[in-house]
Amino acid sequence: MRRALPGALSPVLFFAAAMAAPFVLSNQYYVSVMTLCAINALIVLGLNLLLGFAGQISLGHAAFFGIGAYASAILTTTYAWPIWAGMLAGVCLAAAVAWLIGVPALKLHGHYLAMATLGFGVIVQIALNETTWLTGGPSGFVGVPRLTLFGYTFASDRSYYFLCAGTLALAVALSRNLIASRTGRALRAIHTSEGAATAMGVHTSRYKLFVFILSAVYAAVAGVLYAHYLGFVAPASFGFHFSVQLITMVVLGGMASIWGAVAGAAFLTSLPEFLRALENIDILVYGLVLVLCMIYLPGGLAGGAAKLAKILSNRIAGHAGRA
Amino acid sequence: MFGGLLQYVISGLTVGSAYGLTALGFTMIFNTTGVINFAQGEFVMLGGMMSVMLHQAGLNLPAAVILAVAAATAVGAAVERLAIRPVRRATAINLVIVTIGVSICLRGLAMLAWGKDTLRLPNFSGAAPLPVFGASLMPQSLWVLGVTLLILLGLRLFFSRSIHGKGMLACAYQRKAAYLVGISVERMAMLSFALSAATGAVGGAILAPLTMTSYDVGVMLGLKGFAAAVLGGLGNPFGAAAGGLILGVLESLGAGYVSSAYKDALAFIILLVLLFVKPSGLFGRKSAERV
Repeated sequence: MRRALPGALSPVLFFAAAMAAPFVLSNQYYVSVMTLCAINALIVLGLNLLLGFAGQISLGHAAFFGIGAYASAILTTTYAWPIWAGMLAGVCLAAAVAWLIGVPALKLHGHYLAMATLGFGVIVQIALNETTWLTGGPSGFVGVPRLTLFGYTFASDRSYYFLCAGTLALAVALSRNLIASRTGRALRAIHTSEGAATAMGVHTSRYKLFVFILSAVYAAVAGVLYAHYLGFVAPASFGFHFSVQLITMVVLGGMASIWGAVAGAAFLTSLPEFLRALENIDILVYGLVLVLCMIYLPGGLAGGAAKLAKILSNRIAGHAGRA
Repeated sequence: MFGGLLQYVISGLTVGSAYGLTALGFTMIFNTTGVINFAQGEFVMLGGMMSVMLHQAGLNLPAAVILAVAAATAVGAAVERLAIRPVRRATAINLVIVTIGVSICLRGLAMLAWGKDTLRLPNFSGAAPLPVFGASLMPQSLWVLGVTLLILLGLRLFFSRSIHGKGMLACAYQRKAAYLVGISVERMAMLSFALSAATGAVGGAILAPLTMTSYDVGVMLGLKGFAAAVLGGLGNPFGAAAGGLILGVLESLGAGYVSSAYKDALAFIILLVLLFVKPSGLFGRKSAERV
């Protein structure tokens, strides 16, 4: 397919569109939904690097999101750390945990890797639930301060949205560079065939560990943004359900597509909000949409969009040919 | 001391049987079609919930259970026909998402039809516990263990003696080759879904008197079932059943001697350690598949 936009332009356009969005959808409710979309998109972007590009599944990414959120929440509230320090600590802790889990887990393949990461996620959620003295237990941890950076407090929802969308745009740019780099090529080689990649001199275990930790860092950054946005964290938000939802966002958006990750996250985060009007049957419709999307859009939203663009450009070319 | 230990082992084996039956369902579908069916837990839920509902509607207990299992079997076959067959050429991860969608739908339907209450099925034969070496054994536990054993025997016979069972095994070895020798791979896929729905539903029905049931019990049971299937070495049906029993007993011992709050965590920690030490499960062959 023809490249529609020069490489550097599309993140800039995305950033501009994201920045303009709250002026079009100025309703506070829309802004808060879009903030959550941006936060989820950040996690999905990282997970897509791991699953879509490197081909390694993780059914426990909600745990890294939770570790980031809880660490920053507890340090800045209970221990009164400055917020930047708490955030940094949250992200570093998630990276350290990812390293600890990643070294043994990434030796596993396929369903065994899925099981190991799933088990890790369940363990973290149970720990969050049971260490009531630290985390407040199942009822959650309240009173997390709103984010303040360099003396500026992101008090309004709109300013917080700008922060999250900006972070997301930054992450998009970073991921695009990574994919185009030597590392990106190595990751795709691992996806295609680990044996062949090793034979070509790619240090597979090191790259797999790197992208695992990187995706955990993305999730943890999203986690600290989430905690200081809602001011409240509860273990239910970081469980197996959310991990599965994240995988769904990656696949529904389109594997190995940066924009697909963003679209998948935005679609599945806002879908329940649209379905709320259906009251009781919303969950049913949600499930149906998932199944139907997979049946009719096997390449996800990104794959569907590419197909549509191809059909359209063929039509246009056909018209031009006849004229 | 010994009585306590025995008690934990008995309750572990009872719950483990349900995990084992769920794991068996995972394995049968995985072997025949290569799909990890995340809706497996919902089949277990359907077995329990429909038994309760039919019993409340006035049917006697055996009829209610049999009818519930039959209905769940039909649901299993329908799931294969409506959701899996249209995408059977899709990648493994897409198929997983489809089964997740199916499980969400089934759970939603159950919630709409039967509400969010926790329900209980009466014991199959009395509630007076039998004393065994200082431990007490619920008659229902005997039912669970006995029925599980029967199912295992039945499946063993089915796979080794019947033409359909052998056809499913052939699909497990090499789907393309099975197709070439004239086995209808599609029919085998549907059969595997029906069979694992039936197995799961039986597990749900026999466990319902002990652990209660509600529209959302399928999630945790499915998770544990998957864990058991992996523990037993994915693809090995009897390894899966053994994996379920091992998981159930470990969990029960952990709850008894360490901390009941961390019993689920303990089961998964042991699972992680096992996976790290022996990456292809306890009874599995070495494989290099990718999701």
